[in-house]
Amino acid sequence: MSFEPKILAFCCHHCAYGAADLSGVLRLQYPVNIQIIRVPCSGRISEEHILDAFVKGADGVCVAGCLKGNCHYQSGNLRAGKRVEILKNRLADIGIEPERLHMFYVSAGMGAPFARFMAELVETIRDLGPAFNGQEREGGEQLDSRTS
Amino acid sequence: MSIGPAAKVIEARTGSRLEKVLRAGHFAVTAEIGPPKGADGRRIQQLAALVKDYSDAQNLTDNQTAVVRLCSLAAAVHVLNSGGEPVLQMTTRDRNRIALQSDLLGAASLGVRNVLCLSGDHQRFGNHPEAKGVFDLDSVQLTATVRQMREERLFICGEEIKAPPRVFVGAVENPFAGPVELRVLRLGKKVMAGAEFIQTQVVYDVEGFARWMDTVCAAGWHKKTFILAGVTPPRSAGALRYMSRIPGMKVPEELIRRMEKASDKLREGQRIALEIINQVRAIAGVSGVHIMAINWEEAVPEIVSMAGLYPRP
Amino acid sequence: MILARPKTVSSILALVGGMKSLVVAGCQECVTVCQSGGRKEVSCVAQLLEIAGKKRGFPFEIAQVTVFRQCDNECLVPLDALMEKADACISLGCGVGVQFIAERYPTVMVIPGVDTVGGGGTVMSGVWEERCAMCGECILAETTGICPVTRCAKGLLNGPCGGSVDGRCEAGTDLPCAWEMIYHRLKKQGRLDSLRRIRPPKNWAHSGSGAMRKVIREEVMPCLSALPLK
Repeated sequence: MSFEPKILAFCCHHCAYGAADLSGVLRLQYPVNIQIIRVPCSGRISEEHILDAFVKGADGVCVAGCLKGNCHYQSGNLRAGKRVEILKNRLADIGIEPERLHMFYVSAGMGAPFARFMAELVETIRDLGPAFNGQEREGGEQLDSRTS
Repeated sequence: MSIGPAAKVIEARTGSRLEKVLRAGHFAVTAEIGPPKGADGRRIQQLAALVKDYSDAQNLTDNQTAVVRLCSLAAAVHVLNSGGEPVLQMTTRDRNRIALQSDLLGAASLGVRNVLCLSGDHQRFGNHPEAKGVFDLDSVQLTATVRQMREERLFICGEEIKAPPRVFVGAVENPFAGPVELRVLRLGKKVMAGAEFIQTQVVYDVEGFARWMDTVCAAGWHKKTFILAGVTPPRSAGALRYMSRIPGMKVPEELIRRMEKASDKLREGQRIALEIINQVRAIAGVSGVHIMAINWEEAVPEIVSMAGLYPRP
Repeated sequence: MILARPKTVSSILALVGGMKSLVVAGCQECVTVCQSGGRKEVSCVAQLLEIAGKKRGFPFEIAQVTVFRQCDNECLVPLDALMEKADACISLGCGVGVQFIAERYPTVMVIPGVDTVGGGGTVMSGVWEERCAMCGECILAETTGICPVTRCAKGLLNGPCGGSVDGRCEAGTDLPCAWEMIYHRLKKQGRLDSLRRIRPPKNWAHSGSGAMRKVIREEVMPCLSALPLK
């Protein structure tokens, strides 16, 4: 049976979430492996949220914020980008492939690029394989969009 | 030529040749010898033999730029054995007050009659940047300590010294570090602490040096200490450029261009040194030059001869 | 406050190799302010350890606790139950906190999760700078509130060295020369004379290079005679 990765996408309400919506309106398809959590701003996402996703069984995480310069709150997306960058290093430090974590910047009008990026991300994570060895995965647990 | 008022109080207290030359009113010449990065003392003996007749005293650097080298005290003894007159450089970077006082007693017992007190380049620049810098004392405190040991016959702690070290005490100053007022205040502080001679940072910017000397003379410090201007013959334009990047060094751009254009770099370097010696000699309050021919000690005899400063008194 | 910076989680992992039960302990004082050992950092370190444990196929059991103050014995009570079954405690407190925990639980290995840097403050969000070397003999009144022991790279007490250029320290061009700052401030205060005074060698016996320092104030000590004797 082929490996189906679980990927959590933290999407900013002002852009990425709209892009996801638009891709649906455009009838574009992206893999079902992606679970979206809407957040008020990508800057709301701290290291803790991302790590929590991995602890709870995500094989990959992405944070999607507004295009640089277009943050609804001035610089939340830039902060998120910095955090992701630093967390990639901390993950690599403990032997987790940093490619499992991604930051990307979109606008609400970028439905097609959003779908394409998600498809690419799924392929990347599929190639990497599960984050942990099978028996240690809390496989049955459904990623909960209400995760605090 | 000026003679410090200190000279009126006591004549040549130390048996230092450099002190005698300065107090007699001669234009003094000192030369720097850089100890090698190895246990070979012959190189120092050779250099000492080479420059001793062309200089009144020879400075032995103390792990210069925080790079480990043969120690300045041992190097000073090599110079003594070669018939030279060592100036022992002591930095407060590597030794605490116990070691500094102890080394000074040892040096004096071996016949060293001059000591130069410095704080030392920060260890970050050297080949052991992870070393702990000591800096138990600073250069002003070390200067005062040497004078206290010599005249009051007391260690820092107040205990008596039976046989005090008879050494002529010097310190350094950088005329180019700015602001001038602060630099002159600091020079004054070193003089008040007991510095009988001052060797300056390398002078390439003669105008800047002259401005600094004006302020020094206005404050009257040139009458209380002997100021020796630092001179380094450049070997190449690259060497000048390198020096221009050293903290606290100023090298005029036209000097670098002049070296670039020169066909015989070494000759041009000697000529530049000669010109600077002649220029600083004409500045009121300057009592001598300190020639730091870094890795090029062989140039010293010719420069001194060309400057008409040979033979030495 | 006491400044600290996080150690890498891999360096902690190297020490807890065969262990199962870990306590990650934070402190709500200085390390919370400098964001190296508060509740949030405890959570991140614990999560990273958890991920690493799962990755190696032998997960840790990790307890998280952030106490009011690690450098006070009575504030450590919340750790008591957790430490009973712990193989090791990773303290994100400063070096003081680590030692107080180690003293209270002498049978458990305590691992510092941060490197303690010194006494400093917040310059701006995300930037902290050292200000106090804790030398035990304060001279700030004479140096216009700028500490040369800490801020001069050589700790000079009688003015700048010859390496400072244009107000920059020779040990790093991003650092200002402390003595030039002192000079400018003395000048503004009309106290340049202070620079002329030769400051004698400092008594480093009061500093960290002396024996372990102790501050005792009898008027705030408990009255021993009123305490039940053991």
